[in-house]
Amino acid sequence: MSFPLLEAQGLILRFGTTTALDDVGIAVHPGEVVAIVGESGSGKSTLLRVLSGQLVPAAGQVTYRDAQGQPHLLHEMGEAALRRLMRTDWGFVHQNARDGLRMGVSAGGNVGERLMAIGARHYGDIRAQATEWLRRVEIDEARIDHLPRTFSGGMQQRLQIARTLVSRPRLVFMDEPTGGLDVSVQARLLDLIRGLASELNIAVLLVTHDIAAARLLAHRLMVMRHGRVVEQGLTDRVLDDPQHPYTQLLVSSVLAA
Amino acid sequence: MSHDPGYNFAYLDEGTKRMIRRTLLKAVAIPGHQVPFGAREMPLPYGWGTGGIQVTASILGRDDTLKVIDQGADDTTNAVSIRRFFARVAGVRTTTRTAEATVIQTRHRIPEAPLREGQVIVYQVPMPEPLFRLEPRLAETRRMHALADYGLMHVKLYEDIARHGHVSTAYNYPVMVGGRYLMSPSPIPAFDNPKMDHMPALQLFGAGREKKIYAVPPYTSVRSLDFEDHPFRPHRADGTCAFCGARDSYLDEVVCDDQGSRMFICSDTDYCESRWEPEQ
Repeated sequence: MSFPLLEAQGLILRFGTTTALDDVGIAVHPGEVVAIVGESGSGKSTLLRVLSGQLVPAAGQVTYRDAQGQPHLLHEMGEAALRRLMRTDWGFVHQNARDGLRMGVSAGGNVGERLMAIGARHYGDIRAQATEWLRRVEIDEARIDHLPRTFSGGMQQRLQIARTLVSRPRLVFMDEPTGGLDVSVQARLLDLIRGLASELNIAVLLVTHDIAAARLLAHRLMVMRHGRVVEQGLTDRVLDDPQHPYTQLLVSSVLAA
Repeated sequence: MSHDPGYNFAYLDEGTKRMIRRTLLKAVAIPGHQVPFGAREMPLPYGWGTGGIQVTASILGRDDTLKVIDQGADDTTNAVSIRRFFARVAGVRTTTRTAEATVIQTRHRIPEAPLREGQVIVYQVPMPEPLFRLEPRLAETRRMHALADYGLMHVKLYEDIARHGHVSTAYNYPVMVGGRYLMSPSPIPAFDNPKMDHMPALQLFGAGREKKIYAVPPYTSVRSLDFEDHPFRPHRADGTCAFCGARDSYLDEVVCDDQGSRMFICSDTDYCESRWEPEQ
């Protein structure tokens, strides 16, 4: 049986009197897409930040299992190890492409940065890989030397995905990757993420308030409210047969086109 | 020669000199690492070499012979002023000869004549942080140094090649010191970078405004960053010195009139003179 890639238990975090996380646990297995859904302020982004080591919880622990199967306690790893993880095994796709891209650096440089950070020192190889990845995320190769600020919102988001996946991470965190994009662009982006994730067998932990996006991408779903997980299970089961009143409300709030 | 009795030896007070020497020891112990120090106000403006002068003042002894160069020349305003300054406040011997000097303070050049053991070269540094144009947050650059996280510097080189077909950085070309720290060599031409590698002389760097000192001990590896398929190439104007005929030295281009005529001359005046003196 396969061990979970990332596993968390009993996570608790308070901001002043607000409880952001209240005894949250989660497990992500290799190649699995898990979505965390919930309304604004439900603690889903906080959970993502705790799971990716950017925030330290007041209680509970996060365990990451590396490619050799060795478990590591995330919050005891030290900054250097965590950074190495962040640029090799992990990736982070931000809601706002501006947070994930270097806007003053060309598209090719953006895609190549992770390669160079892990020691690639052959210009021709780096450029070839950048070209290949631009093609995979459907960006015209001729734009490899253009700055991301000349790209549309959807292209910037696709560039961010190329930049993250180029080093073939095992686990990618995505924070509302389709936020702020119009519907047709969203659909294509979701399609792209789904294709790449299954092709490269990447585990994805996706935070979204968009139920439709979650249904398209996720194998499993976690519904959060007020810092607690109120329901979780297979995506279709949770969405087609919601048990918790809040999940029922969430599902019934989705507008049918 | 004795120094002006109105000043302490070499201008700075003994406490300050001790503080700077302690900083220098730490800098030598961690090659390429920037060590903060309490830079003093000096009787000349920031950007004119206050960092270099403080380092020189702290290491000068009464038996030292000082040479000061500015863009390779011994006879430019900056070089002449600093040389006179130390002749007055320290009473040390000064020289324009590279071989005779024990301490060489420099701005923007390394002498052509190879330096030897026992000599100290002091660089004036305007901006000690090699990453400052790439990462504006100093706290973040310190973290990047601590974790040797230098991928970003290569992104800069990548951008250069993508845009110009080659690395367009011609001066202040970043180097790795001892295989660990990324370091700004100060604004010397990339042509001079190879001279820093395994240099027998001690190299000290002082940045007065930024209040940082760093060092490269003798015989330490200093490697210019590059790509395997775009190796580092020191650039030199393709010409011959109009005075001494040198084909191997770093050249300055001098415009002679408003008709567009120009000539190349050695930037290192001492090297140039040493080549044509024997013929006279």
